[in-house]
Amino acid sequence: MRVLAAMSGGVDSAVAAARAVDAGHDVVGVHMALNRAPGTLRTGSRGCCTIEDALDARRAADLLGIPFYVWDLSESFLEEVVEDFVAEYAAGRTPNPCVRCNERIKFAALLDKGIALGFDAVCTGHYARVLPGPGGAELHRAADAAKDQSYVLAVLDADQVAHAMFPLGEAPTKERVRAEAERRGLPVARKPDSHDICFIPDGDTRSFLAEKLGEEPGEVVDEDGAVLGAHTGTYGFTVGQRKGLGLTRPAPDGRPRYVLSIEPVRRTVTVGPAERLAVGELRAVEAVWSAPEPSGPVEVHVQVRAHGEAVPAVAEVAGEEVRVALRAPLTGVAPGQTVAFYAGTRVLGSATISGTSPARG
Amino acid sequence: MPGRGGRGTTARSYTGGVTAYLDHASTTPLRPEALEAYAAAASLAGNPSSLHSSGRRARAAVEESREALAAAVGARPAEVVWTSGGTEADNLALKGLYWARRDADPRRRRVLVGAAEHHAVLDCAAWLAEHEGADVRLLPVDADGRADLDALRAELADGAGEVALVSLMWANNEVGTVQPVSAAAELAHAAGVPLHTDAVQAVGHLPVDFAASGADALSLSAHKFGGPVGAGALLLRRGTPLVPLQHGGGQELGARSGTLDAPAARATAAALAAALADPGEGERTAALRERLVAGLRAAVPGLVLRGDPVLDAAHRLPGNAHVTVAGCEGDSLLYLLDAAGVECSTGSACQAGVPRPSHVLLAMGLDEGEAAGALRFSLGWSSTDADVDAALAAIGPAVERARRASGSARTSRARRRRPAAATGAPSAGTAAEAS
Repeated sequence: MRVLAAMSGGVDSAVAAARAVDAGHDVVGVHMALNRAPGTLRTGSRGCCTIEDALDARRAADLLGIPFYVWDLSESFLEEVVEDFVAEYAAGRTPNPCVRCNERIKFAALLDKGIALGFDAVCTGHYARVLPGPGGAELHRAADAAKDQSYVLAVLDADQVAHAMFPLGEAPTKERVRAEAERRGLPVARKPDSHDICFIPDGDTRSFLAEKLGEEPGEVVDEDGAVLGAHTGTYGFTVGQRKGLGLTRPAPDGRPRYVLSIEPVRRTVTVGPAERLAVGELRAVEAVWSAPEPSGPVEVHVQVRAHGEAVPAVAEVAGEEVRVALRAPLTGVAPGQTVAFYAGTRVLGSATISGTSPARG
Repeated sequence: MPGRGGRGTTARSYTGGVTAYLDHASTTPLRPEALEAYAAAASLAGNPSSLHSSGRRARAAVEESREALAAAVGARPAEVVWTSGGTEADNLALKGLYWARRDADPRRRRVLVGAAEHHAVLDCAAWLAEHEGADVRLLPVDADGRADLDALRAELADGAGEVALVSLMWANNEVGTVQPVSAAAELAHAAGVPLHTDAVQAVGHLPVDFAASGADALSLSAHKFGGPVGAGALLLRRGTPLVPLQHGGGQELGARSGTLDAPAARATAAALAAALADPGEGERTAALRERLVAGLRAAVPGLVLRGDPVLDAAHRLPGNAHVTVAGCEGDSLLYLLDAAGVECSTGSACQAGVPRPSHVLLAMGLDEGEAAGALRFSLGWSSTDADVDAALAAIGPAVERARRASGSARTSRARRRRPAAATGAPSAGTAAEAS
């Protein structure tokens, strides 16, 4: 196969590309330039997409003996990921930009361009597996549950999964991948992992949003509407958040309070006790199924965070919506988050959470 | 990127095919004469500044090379300042002339540079503006990329006493257009202002006579005419004040300190001698270029030749064929041609390998969309008919594919866009909401 290996400059994508070469594929490395004004050097493990990362990717490609290009996808990235991220926060939701990037950049803008240029698949360093099934390619969790990244890929449709290649899906651990990089002589073997959101290199999401959205002062209230404090923008909060609420009055019972809901129009952040966070049902929209779309209620496991736990649930498609009844309550579930649906290790699909209902106590 | 070892030699591309190297303007293969001269000099010990016999032998190599280089470009030996290449020569000329002129008269802060200059000149000028108080003014170019002398005339008429220097390239590195350097030098001199010319693309390819040109300073680079990378010179008219950039041993009459590189000097002189020895070389290159341009036009509807349309040495570099292809992105074309074993360039500067719209094309009046599909093919001393054949065979399918890729990126975005997020609406569900 002709394989387009997305190479970030990190260890995972370099080893993934190496394994694709070993498997006998005709591999071309591409580094996606996602930022019009990239920083020159990385600072510790923060951020990515610096010129240094592009050079690291180039060195890895040189060592593998594969052609290497830098493609400018900064315009798509700005529109589809960064602006979406800001708009979602402005609307009181909690987006996952890595999910959006996979959905619209790596397995859309990059994949489509690659296919048009004659490639058969996009290869990345994600920890997930594409396995053959009776109905075609299936997306599954990685062999290493601790490192599994299938959640951020659950947004791919069947066609995207069919064109995806994840050579690290069977890797026993991240440490083994680093050891493999070392053995292959890849200079990125000891490079620290990237954390945080790549387009917010200092990790300060609240300041980033404040700069984009400006100050929008409002009130922090309890469930009865009593004012407990003030804030400078609802976008600084996410459901389930406990720290940095800026409350001036302690709760009558002295227990910690958490963000329960965010209403950006009235600029109101509602807080309450932990037990009010427990969600028993959720609704989600914009569903994408890489498995056949379920008809009628189906037993699934759902996961609402990249490294969250999967809980059993019953999901049912109802028109544009997916209704999910949780068998065990989840906490800190925010509208805007992706809910991924699993059957065993297989990813069935995902949807964007639009609303939640409390667990019945 | 290594190209062909010499005429008639071939290299394997990663696809297993034969590589056609059409990027001579980036760097042209080392001429065998230069390699031989380099190897002979490099095997001898001796610092040209040393007084013992090894030093004297090395000094003789440098001076003989200096004389040969000077004779080849119409300069006197004492006017040659060896440098590490074209970029250093440009930096030395712009900063060195600016500081010297400003030191003599603090009112002289204006720097007049062509809008289509190489970044080695433009970024120097920008640095002088940012750090040294220079007032940089860009001289516009016409649709063919030729500098507008009326603009220069107007700038000089508007307070020539404030102008530190003029810098105008001999021939443009992207679109190949030959610039009116002699006429510009005349205008500058009439106003008492020195002129520098970046002749990196011209030396060895066009007749260059430093004395006759009237320029006060001229940059040249060895690897553009078959010499080694990392070698070049600034020609500096006698008596032109210049503040050095590098201080140290006082070599090159104090204009450029640093141990003299005898092997590089030998190889540079040998390469230039070889380039000029065969008067038919330029004509052969130009004939190949003409066939390439005609073939590209025939193969690709909507392909436009940029730069001067008159294909002779008075107007355009003999090896240059710069085109834009509507509806394509340069990086897609570059990949597809590379995969087909055809090596060329988008012609513009990169940031971390990302082609940006060329400032030269924008200065010529193209919009960013037109500038996106730019390709520069450049031929040189080792180019063959087979190279042109390879490019002509590859270009049609490459453009067709690149156009599809450009279209796919647009449709994929539209297809996968979710319904617009209802910005400003309250978050749909809340914990307070009962079901």
